[in-house]
Amino acid sequence: MQELLTFTIIGLSTGAIYAVVASGLVVTYTTSGIFNLAHGATGMLAAFTYWQLRFDWDLSAPLALFITLFILCPLFGLLTERIVMRGLQGTTEVVRLSVTVALFAFMIGLANTVWPSNGSREAFLKFFEGNTIHIGGINVSWHKLITFGCAVVVAIVLRLLLFRTRMGVAMRAVVDDRSLTELNGGRPNRVAMFAWALSAMLAGLAGILLAGEQQLNIEPLVLLVINAYAAAIIGGLKSLPRTFAGAAVLGLLDAYYLQFSDNSWFPQSFMGFGLSGIRASIPTIVLFVALLVRPQSRLRAGTVRFREENKVPSWNTAVLGAVSLIVVVVGISGMLTRSNTLFLLNGFTLAIVALSLVPLTGYAGQMSLAPLTFAGLGAVAMSKLPGDGNLLTLLAAITIVAIVGAAVALPAIRLSGIYLALSTAAFAVLVTKLIFNQRQTFMSGNISVPILDIPFIDINSPRGRLILSATAFSLLGLGVIALRRSRLGRRLIALKDSPVAAATLGMNLTQTKLAAFAISAGIAACAGALAGDKVSPQQYDFTQSLPIVLLAVVGGVGTVGGALFGGLLLGGNAVLANAVPSLKNITKIMPGLTGITLGRNPSGATSQISEKFRPLLNRWGIISFSALGGVGIWALDASRIISHWAFFIGGVFWFLAVMPNLIAIIDGTSQRRWWASAIALTGLAISLGVDWDQAVDSTGKRLLSLILLVAIFGVGTQRVAENAPRIHHSSPDLLGLDVALTPDELDNVERELGVTI
Amino acid sequence: MALLEIREVMVRFGGVMAVGGVDLDVQAGETTGLIGPNGAGKTTLFNVISGMQDPTAGMVSVNGVDISHESPHRRAKRGLARTFQRLELFASLTVRDNVRVAAELASLTNIDATVNRLLEKVGVSHLADKTAGELPTGSARLVEIARALATGPQLLLLDEPASGLDESESDRLGTLLRELTEDGLGVLLVEHDMSLVMRVCDSIYVLDLGMIIAHGTPEHIQHDPQVLQAYLGAPS
Ligand SMILES: Nc1ncnc2c1ncn2[C@@H]1O[C@H](COP(=O)(O)OP(=O)(O)OP(=O)(O)O)[C@@H](O)[C@H]1O
Ligand SMILES: [Mg+2]
Repeated sequence: MQELLTFTIIGLSTGAIYAVVASGLVVTYTTSGIFNLAHGATGMLAAFTYWQLRFDWDLSAPLALFITLFILCPLFGLLTERIVMRGLQGTTEVVRLSVTVALFAFMIGLANTVWPSNGSREAFLKFFEGNTIHIGGINVSWHKLITFGCAVVVAIVLRLLLFRTRMGVAMRAVVDDRSLTELNGGRPNRVAMFAWALSAMLAGLAGILLAGEQQLNIEPLVLLVINAYAAAIIGGLKSLPRTFAGAAVLGLLDAYYLQFSDNSWFPQSFMGFGLSGIRASIPTIVLFVALLVRPQSRLRAGTVRFREENKVPSWNTAVLGAVSLIVVVVGISGMLTRSNTLFLLNGFTLAIVALSLVPLTGYAGQMSLAPLTFAGLGAVAMSKLPGDGNLLTLLAAITIVAIVGAAVALPAIRLSGIYLALSTAAFAVLVTKLIFNQRQTFMSGNISVPILDIPFIDINSPRGRLILSATAFSLLGLGVIALRRSRLGRRLIALKDSPVAAATLGMNLTQTKLAAFAISAGIAACAGALAGDKVSPQQYDFTQSLPIVLLAVVGGVGTVGGALFGGLLLGGNAVLANAVPSLKNITKIMPGLTGITLGRNPSGATSQISEKFRPLLNRWGIISFSALGGVGIWALDASRIISHWAFFIGGVFWFLAVMPNLIAIIDGTSQRRWWASAIALTGLAISLGVDWDQAVDSTGKRLLSLILLVAIFGVGTQRVAENAPRIHHSSPDLLGLDVALTPDELDNVERELGVTI
Repeated sequence: MALLEIREVMVRFGGVMAVGGVDLDVQAGETTGLIGPNGAGKTTLFNVISGMQDPTAGMVSVNGVDISHESPHRRAKRGLARTFQRLELFASLTVRDNVRVAAELASLTNIDATVNRLLEKVGVSHLADKTAGELPTGSARLVEIARALATGPQLLLLDEPASGLDESESDRLGTLLRELTEDGLGVLLVEHDMSLVMRVCDSIYVLDLGMIIAHGTPEHIQHDPQVLQAYLGAPS
């Protein structure tokens, strides 16, 4: 009995922390419609800040608390709302969620940078460390009581705030109808800023309380939020009392499980699987169940939807792209060092994982936060299935994972948007904890995935594997484009654009979503099954999925090019981190930083980039000239006139900085185009002429130089060339309708027509 | 037996009685009008018929089969198709693909020909390769009609198809409706453009505050004092 009391108190105190975090989530979700995945990370940053002030700089506890909770946290919340979140109104749920993923990645990067985990640091003490109080025959730390008290105070304050103050009433009004509030003279933006500030304070409070119990570690503090998700979902992302109740239940479950599992009769394993992962999975399991018992999401007409701008590539363009990708990779693979080969290989593997999101998220509009989990399952299947990695094994692995993907999706598929995304996250965490972390699955920490066994071709080298993965990406990419142009592809788009219309036209939404999940899981499985190396469970951890999802969305999740861009950028980031240790910190926050800009360009970076190349379509002369230029640079390298590095830098410069500007230069009519060509040629000369191996002493600095060259000379060429008057090739009828006439052209027209316009 | 029979359908949103016990029949080969002031419950009734909204009480049947508990896509297979008051085109597909998706869902055989014929029929062939999200409202409404027709329906529900159409497009729509009903299609038309309603409808129901307050031929409805009161708010 006494034991039960002890564990009840422990449970309630844990629940109190969940409650404080979860209420913050609910406050922002209801006022701005954004489910903040970075909420736990905010608490983590606050805990570190408090530690800095209190234990490193020795401020008094009240002062440190005041500065952290009442100055820095609200400020952080305000800025987040103002700078990042406000631009997201009217964008898709995928983009909104991705931005919070970005924020998440950014904050973890920031914490890793400012408070690196090496070396020892001052301990994070509990409040009134060492003081305990005797309740019912047991000792309870003051910290636990304070934690519990904080939750009670938060509950009371929130209640008073929401029902007794003007701001609170305004917050509840915004929940009900944002546009109506605006019509009635309310100010939704101010309300949202207030909500974000309040939410950051709640996260901060929870983070500090939790750090007292668990010490300062980034991961548990961040994942705290998963537990809070469960409580918030129990509250329907709306009701604070139910959220608090849910949090209490979670805390108690955890504590009681701890108590019972101590008993000798408690099974340690089930059918050979160890059960040690269960305790940590309790909140996730509760989350999963809470999601599954949610009512079916309603079909509603008239929801505002944002349209992404993605053109479907023609079949010719797609094949051309796939072939050039393979040719380029084969061409440069011989020049790379072993470690750079492995990094590029990693980039392509990530690109395949990102590609798995294109049909699912890009086409069908269903968000998944678990792409890497399916890659992990693919790796496990490939290594466990008989056949030692021949093509049939690969096919079987893909099929099995695709079926698993559909099976997992089946219960979750009634959900949409954020609820679906969360259930995939819960699935990923469960698979990591209960399957990947099993001895049976990953013997002694890692397993070796056999190298794909293709008759007559030897892939048994990093270079071979690189070419294999690039080829796999190209083929899968072609498959995805073929899918987009197929019957099923049109259905996926229809599902994204208007589920109600699709349903009333006779589409079985469940079947269509299942197909999307299965295809996506199958593609992701390839990334794991083709690993051809030793792999460890950490590689497929849930937290590793987030940057991939993020960069796929940043690249443009609606297109194959976007997936390639995202994967290679993430891979390239690793190269940079490895090559230039001093840049490590920047590379840690890079994924986050790029994602935060999503609000401004929701269609992704590749759509912007391909916009630059689009005018080249059908200008075969210019395309041939560009290709010739590329071959020429390669020939310089092959004949050893320039080094591999000069080839690489020159090639990228040619492709990114010169090619998109060729049209402007060739069609230009004035002096300026000569200036533009001069700038482009100067850049090219530097790229090719410098002896990069001697002049610059590390890979990272060479890559940096490349970025600078493209940024300075590429953008310079573009600026100058774009202002040059051009000859228009479009129909003369359209001239002046969609493109303003330049003064020169106006003069010409006037002269020809003999009139003054 | 009517093509569509609605019996005592009631929909309550919390305290709001959006539809309060409606009986309504649509015959094959006829256009039936459903008119009423804003907020009368017309769209809600459409949602009940197409399966997007569960009624609080009542029953919907098509060709004598009770479909009240079927999902929207099953109802589509039974020959129900609808358009939306607030457009629901597949914005990132082309106009042609919008119609094609529907034809494919109905497992038609001659898909390309059907799509072209329907685009021609509603008069949007020239827009076939445009992205649907870029269309002006008027054309978008016509595309929604073509898309609904592509499922080969027996009953077509049109929710304010003429709003956003100019006069000539509106005339054309009237002609189109005549052609469609001549081929045996049943149409339920919600519309605020009275001249169109009076021209094309064989019979008209008037809904006010969720109740049918009048039912009859266009001539009858035009002279019904209750209808005038509902529309003008003046005591008769
Ligand atoms: N999802 C909903 N929740 C609560 N009330 C609703 C909902 N949908 C409709 N209503 C209410 O039900 C009533 C009927 O609405 P409905 O949209 O069916 O009217 P309508 O006749 O189509 O009007 P209009 O001519 O303006 O399109 C209105 O009072 C509306 O506010
Ligand atoms: Mg309506």
